[in-house]
Amino acid sequence: MKCGIVVFPGSNCDHDVYHVLSHVLEQETAFLWHQETSLEGCELVVLPGGFSYGDYLRAGSMAAHSPIMAAVRRHAEAGGRVLGICNGFQMLLETGLLPGAMRRNRDLRFLSVDVHLRVERDDLVYCSDYRRGDVLRMPIAHAEGNYVDTEEALDELERRGQVVFRYVDAAGRLEPAANLNGSERAIAGICNGGGNVLGLMPHPERCAEEMLGNRDGLGLLAGAVAAGGGRVGSLAAAGG
Amino acid sequence: MTTPGSTAGEPVVDSVLAADHGLTDEEFGGLCDLLGRSPTYTELGIASALYSEHCSYKSSKIHLRRFPTRSRRVVHGPGENAGVVHVGHGWVAAFKMESHNHPSFIEPYQGAATGVGGILRDVFTMGARPIACLDSLRFGEIEGERGARMRHLVDGVVRGIGDYGNCVGIPTVGGETGFHRSYNGNILVNAFALGVCRQDRIFTATASGSGNPILYAGSRTGRDGIHGATMASEAFDSESEAKRPTVQVGDPFTEKVLLEASLEAMRSGVVLGVQDMGAAGLTSSCFEMAARGGAGVELDLDLVPLREASLTPYEIMLSESQERMVFVTQRGQEKAVVEILSRWGLEASRIGRVTDSGRARLTFRGRTVADMPVEPLVDGAPVYDRPAAPSADLQERQQAVACDPPEDPLRALKDLLGTPELGDKTWIHRQYDSTVRSNTIVGPGSDAAVLRLKGTPSALALTSDVNPSYCWLEPRMGGRQAVAEAVRNLATVGAEPVGMTNCLNFGSPENPGIAWQLRECIEGMAEACRAFDVPVISGNVSLYNETEGEAVHPTPTVAIVGVIDRLEDVGTEGDLHLVLGCGFWRPGDRVVLLGFDSGEYGGSAYQRLLLGVEAGRPPEVDLEAEVALHGLLRQSRRAGWLSGCHDLADGGLLLALAECAMARGIGVRAAVDCGPLSLFSESQARAIVTVPANRTEDLLTAAESRGVPVREIGDVGGDRLVLDFDGGAVDSAVDDLRRVWREALPRAVG
Repeated sequence: MKCGIVVFPGSNCDHDVYHVLSHVLEQETAFLWHQETSLEGCELVVLPGGFSYGDYLRAGSMAAHSPIMAAVRRHAEAGGRVLGICNGFQMLLETGLLPGAMRRNRDLRFLSVDVHLRVERDDLVYCSDYRRGDVLRMPIAHAEGNYVDTEEALDELERRGQVVFRYVDAAGRLEPAANLNGSERAIAGICNGGGNVLGLMPHPERCAEEMLGNRDGLGLLAGAVAAGGGRVGSLAAAGG
Repeated sequence: MTTPGSTAGEPVVDSVLAADHGLTDEEFGGLCDLLGRSPTYTELGIASALYSEHCSYKSSKIHLRRFPTRSRRVVHGPGENAGVVHVGHGWVAAFKMESHNHPSFIEPYQGAATGVGGILRDVFTMGARPIACLDSLRFGEIEGERGARMRHLVDGVVRGIGDYGNCVGIPTVGGETGFHRSYNGNILVNAFALGVCRQDRIFTATASGSGNPILYAGSRTGRDGIHGATMASEAFDSESEAKRPTVQVGDPFTEKVLLEASLEAMRSGVVLGVQDMGAAGLTSSCFEMAARGGAGVELDLDLVPLREASLTPYEIMLSESQERMVFVTQRGQEKAVVEILSRWGLEASRIGRVTDSGRARLTFRGRTVADMPVEPLVDGAPVYDRPAAPSADLQERQQAVACDPPEDPLRALKDLLGTPELGDKTWIHRQYDSTVRSNTIVGPGSDAAVLRLKGTPSALALTSDVNPSYCWLEPRMGGRQAVAEAVRNLATVGAEPVGMTNCLNFGSPENPGIAWQLRECIEGMAEACRAFDVPVISGNVSLYNETEGEAVHPTPTVAIVGVIDRLEDVGTEGDLHLVLGCGFWRPGDRVVLLGFDSGEYGGSAYQRLLLGVEAGRPPEVDLEAEVALHGLLRQSRRAGWLSGCHDLADGGLLLALAECAMARGIGVRAAVDCGPLSLFSESQARAIVTVPANRTEDLLTAAESRGVPVREIGDVGGDRLVLDFDGGAVDSAVDDLRRVWREALPRAVG
């Protein structure tokens, strides 16, 4: 599958995603410059982690207005795959492609640590390597990952089954101590109504190789480039 | 050529003003002789920066010559922005360490942040992409009411380092943090960065080719940090508020785009030389580039991009605004570089050209404001052989004091684990991104960090070390120990050391006792470097770390990089991050103690932290014993025998066993035939290793043939730490130890 990684000034996980997509999963992968207006035929678009424009305003807010974002939006609205990781997730919230917003972490400090995630959905392409209830270990590295929305919106998100990953303890239980950044409902990753746009704070690209001691993230990226995508879009039906 | 003149409103240059700029009468006289006239105000500022301790190394140069600087791997030794060594498979590593002590004490957040920024620029100006940082931090007492300001400094420094490195996207993979009252008035912030590039892509900071354009790139020049290199300048204070220097402010986003744009520009093929503007800003970058190329420069200061139009030539030359670079390109090719920079949203302007005059000629608003010979100012800066002698109280300090054995060794262990000094440092590490760039196999909290080198079968290992108490008690032994411990740490993961950088933090060299500490520490380090065949390829000296006559403990921080040729070889016993980390992970593994204990307690953690004493001689560093141990560890790693390894350092054997157990909450049952005090001895050249039972024989044989004392002391397993010794036992749930250890630092920092 042709993959495109959008490079914003300040992106710093672009090379890491490239490495996994291109060298580990052996996909045709290109960098897309933020000032371009075309996705050059890429089927999977990745918005990588980093500090786009320094995140001096709100994280991801400047990047959301980059020229390429119009093309990303069209791609998403046409059912194309868009994966936002960390800063990329923040951008998806800022563009409105995913609902909600991010606050500073609960203790107001940057958090660089391995966390456990529970897979809440296994009918998305992104999760095709996982089963619902699986517990994954992945690193987080962010200062603004404290997911928030109104109670009604969160209820709606839950009802439509758009919560894909939650922070849990190693045994898969919801524990306040495992929800380090303080996200509402321990939300670590969500998708849009169509299931083709996924955003998450943890970094699957940093745990996709045996050598680094953890391959839990490989499945997510492998799912993102899996052919067919028969189950993309099944969400609307499932969610009713 | 017009004779440079002063500009309206500038102060009159005389020996008094020169003294305010930190120049002695002799230095000022020498400057006048060199110019054949009295300097202009701008020239005085330039000379004072170039003659400053920071730029000229005038008090340390004579001692630094003791360091070995060559090996078959060294590409660039000291003198470039960063040292460069071959690491195999066509790759080179560029690295350096630098201090940002003074600014961090004044403004911890920006001081530490800009320290990281500066060291990253030093690395990428060599054409290398930064891949890792280490930070060596020393703070004063943080507990209780007196520690309030220190807690503020700890918080600010850690956030400053984190926010900068995290934003640029360079993982901080290790370092060290110590606390001692000698740093109450002067904290130490030493930042290290490592970069890699293909060996044919190295750049140097050289200005060459008469007529070639000089480009200025990055942030605009403001009044921040003027005279940071000279530090003190009373002339400023008495002049006016507007000229008062301010601490530099870092902008990691600009650094990140400057990094990407610079590397791209260097790949374009039209760049001849690159230099960042660090200490002493435009002054040192232009003079040093010209000196290296044996060239001259002409700068039109009207073309320098400014934050406010009112800056004077003096300020433009001495500003330490951050995130700025100078490029020399081939004539007529500068447009290509400007285009690359502007694509990344950066300004670039041509501000002058290289000449063959050997002089730096600066013009401003049509007038020549400086015209100085380059080489005599840069390489001919004064060199001092300062009087050096042990301070009067040294003998008294070195008197051995009685060291009583602990009544309750477990209590003593817990007390040590509960100090900020030896407690878990996760509170700090988790504010630093340690996994970005996806190379980190072993991150913070281990003996050595290990990073894979993508596209090769190899890995790089890195560590920073120093024990200031040892250095204070016996500087030469302390210097030796810092290098020995760093090389030992690399050996624990099987890495061969390839180069060293250092940051020498001392008090005032004008005090003979301090000058002696400096000389002795360097001598000890140099002895160890020769014994281990480790060249010093870069470094930094930070003197005058003292307040009201109270100097910091001598702190020659050492950082060494090593190479693991084939990762595949060391990982036969399990996952690399487990095998190369220093924690127990596999029940049933045998625990083997390597090395010999001589019962040494001078400057030990037991003595300092539990008895409140710092006296006697520090542990003897037997370089031959170290060489034998390191050889054995590397051989065992290459052979794939080891499932884990941890060197014995602060706190001795019991602390090392506890650290191995706490890492993953897996216990150990062991026995030794010594008394309880020996459990806390800090004799050097020791390590504990774990091996599967079927490998013990190989290890024992190898140890004997290398003359390394070796003893099987126990087995990994269970959830308790049990250590039998002569006349008693330590027996504790690992979780209990872990709780004390984990809570130590968070509790101390509030």
